[in-house]
Amino acid sequence: MTTRIDRRFADLKKDGRAALVTFLMAGDPDPESSLAIISALPKAGADVIEIGMPFSDPMSDGPTIQAAGMRALKSGTTLRKTLELVRGFRKTDQQTPVVLMGYYNPIYVHGVERFLSDAIGAGVDGLIVVDLPPEEDDELCKPALKAGMNFIRLATPTTDDKRLPTVLQNTSGFVYYVSITGITGAAAPDADRVAQAVARIKRHTDLPIAVGFGVRDAARARAIAQGADGVVVGSALVEVLAKSLDKDGKATPATVPGVAALVSSLADGVRSARRLAAE
Amino acid sequence: MTVQQPNSFRTGPDETGKFGMFGGRFVAETLMPLILDLEKAYAEARHDAAFQKEMDGYLAHYVGRPSPLYYAERLTEHLRAASAPGGGAKIYFKREELNHTGAHKVNNVLGQIMLARRMGKQRIIAETGAGMHGVATATLCARFGLDCVVYMGAVDVERQKPNVFRMNMLGAEVRPVESGSKTLKDAMNEALRDWVTNVENTFYCIGTVAGPHPYPMLVRDFQSVIGRETREQMMAVEGRLPDSLVACIGGGSNAMGLFHPFLDDAQVEIYGVEAAGHGLTTGLHAASLSGGRPGVLHGNRTYLLMDDDGQIKDAHSISAGLDYPGIGPEHSWLHDMKRVTYLSATDDEALNAFQLCSRLEGIIPALEPAHAIAKILDLAPGKPKDHLMVVNLSGRGDKDLASVAQHLGGTL
Repeated sequence: MTTRIDRRFADLKKDGRAALVTFLMAGDPDPESSLAIISALPKAGADVIEIGMPFSDPMSDGPTIQAAGMRALKSGTTLRKTLELVRGFRKTDQQTPVVLMGYYNPIYVHGVERFLSDAIGAGVDGLIVVDLPPEEDDELCKPALKAGMNFIRLATPTTDDKRLPTVLQNTSGFVYYVSITGITGAAAPDADRVAQAVARIKRHTDLPIAVGFGVRDAARARAIAQGADGVVVGSALVEVLAKSLDKDGKATPATVPGVAALVSSLADGVRSARRLAAE
Repeated sequence: MTVQQPNSFRTGPDETGKFGMFGGRFVAETLMPLILDLEKAYAEARHDAAFQKEMDGYLAHYVGRPSPLYYAERLTEHLRAASAPGGGAKIYFKREELNHTGAHKVNNVLGQIMLARRMGKQRIIAETGAGMHGVATATLCARFGLDCVVYMGAVDVERQKPNVFRMNMLGAEVRPVESGSKTLKDAMNEALRDWVTNVENTFYCIGTVAGPHPYPMLVRDFQSVIGRETREQMMAVEGRLPDSLVACIGGGSNAMGLFHPFLDDAQVEIYGVEAAGHGLTTGLHAASLSGGRPGVLHGNRTYLLMDDDGQIKDAHSISAGLDYPGIGPEHSWLHDMKRVTYLSATDDEALNAFQLCSRLEGIIPALEPAHAIAKILDLAPGKPKDHLMVVNLSGRGDKDLASVAQHLGGTL
């Protein structure tokens, strides 16, 4: 069973370049602006769209993503509304893969089977659930794979060669390599070390490897893209969004163009990487 | 619905860290190898006679164990005066407030710090609510020369100032947490963020029987010294086991420590007391079992206070130590299995019990065990005179004097 994610990475491989994977929080700063922002991403150069499901207690996130989640919850975003956002996006885009990322409790409370059928109905292609390691695969991972959804796993610097097979066993779509031990938005990783880590994971899997955490600008995106199949950018985009808001936290005319401009610049960085390598 | 009773209530957790459906290991991948390392280190340590012997030595000479089992004669007489003839249980206090640092918390911290030393970790982090776990952690880090960082909600820093000062005096760094509700759950989030960042050298010393496996198990094991001593002491004094046990519950470590050695003694009634805050019907409380439902937070599945979307709600309690929207997973299981009866006490009931215990017994309890005492005021009069009731006096009240004074309309 191939998904939009599988097809997108296969196409990019033919083009000889890495994917730009963007992360933004659903409902940040409000449902309408959020849909406008997400809808602007593909044209700006995003290849895969990650959408955060806000949670009251985001244990793996730094202050930037925490604040985005708080804005989203304050604007009334629920899991149901996150799925509505995806449905809205799919009205204008049938090609770009959408991955939902978040924590397990809202999904568990929604009901796993109901969530999977609602998410597939809305046009979601994959899931990243931070607090579901392989040890808890029976909860959501296996039902998701069975339902035809990609279940994307995080691999980290603490995931050694002995543990990698466990982590990769029920992973599909791509592998999300978290390039540092830490929370989202933390310091930038060294590009050479990242390339080595990607090479190490590639010895264990044929899946594409996307690298995230600490990628802030086009230069860094290009450096990471030399050695990986995808570059994930989150906190930097959320920061641009946050800075564009007025003093009451409301969206302004600068919000959508601001985020789109950074995505364009990151896309240029990612797209120039393999060209540089080839020249 | 009848509940299928297991042969023993004392065999959990299973190899996946579950008590029935509760517990588990719901953590980020970065932490998973650390949790597996900890599980392995603990499995080795618990069968190492030298480890046990060293711990017993510190428990005796540094913590001051065994803690007394004390007959609360005047409280007993006071409640008998309000009972029907021949009624009014005989009340004993398990005096955990006499431990070094003034609460039961030190039992667990000693065990975890010894594990950290065994694992070669030099930096210790902890979360704290009322500050008692933070103080115990700071104390043992001072004793063993380890670096100590304690995360504490900004609201709790404000209402538990004496404990913040104690931790500073002991050389620990207290980091106020400004996110979320600025209480215990947010302190735990922040401690987890620290741990995920500093995986190489850092040991996370969790203060209660919650979090990812193996924490609920190892904290329970380290606290079970309370129940084991209570068994022996009651046998020595009364020649038989107690008839009932009562303990307050936030995360539930003092309760689990008292309860666990008695779980298979079917004749022993067991009562846990959650914090009902302003009252269960007000929505402003911390009673996860009475007012919550199963969910996943902080590494385990357990009963949680949350809204219909699965967003965690803020807990409310006069007691910072009970102000947590979850509960240890083993308690959730014991609740569903109906082995333990879970009650709740309001802020006002706890304040009343706080004053009554101070005046009748000359013991100023912490606000946390004041919740347990509040319920024995209800339970004891309905029991016969020969009913032996043990309440876990899990901490002393010095830290609470300012906030109690404020609630009673005065200042210190």
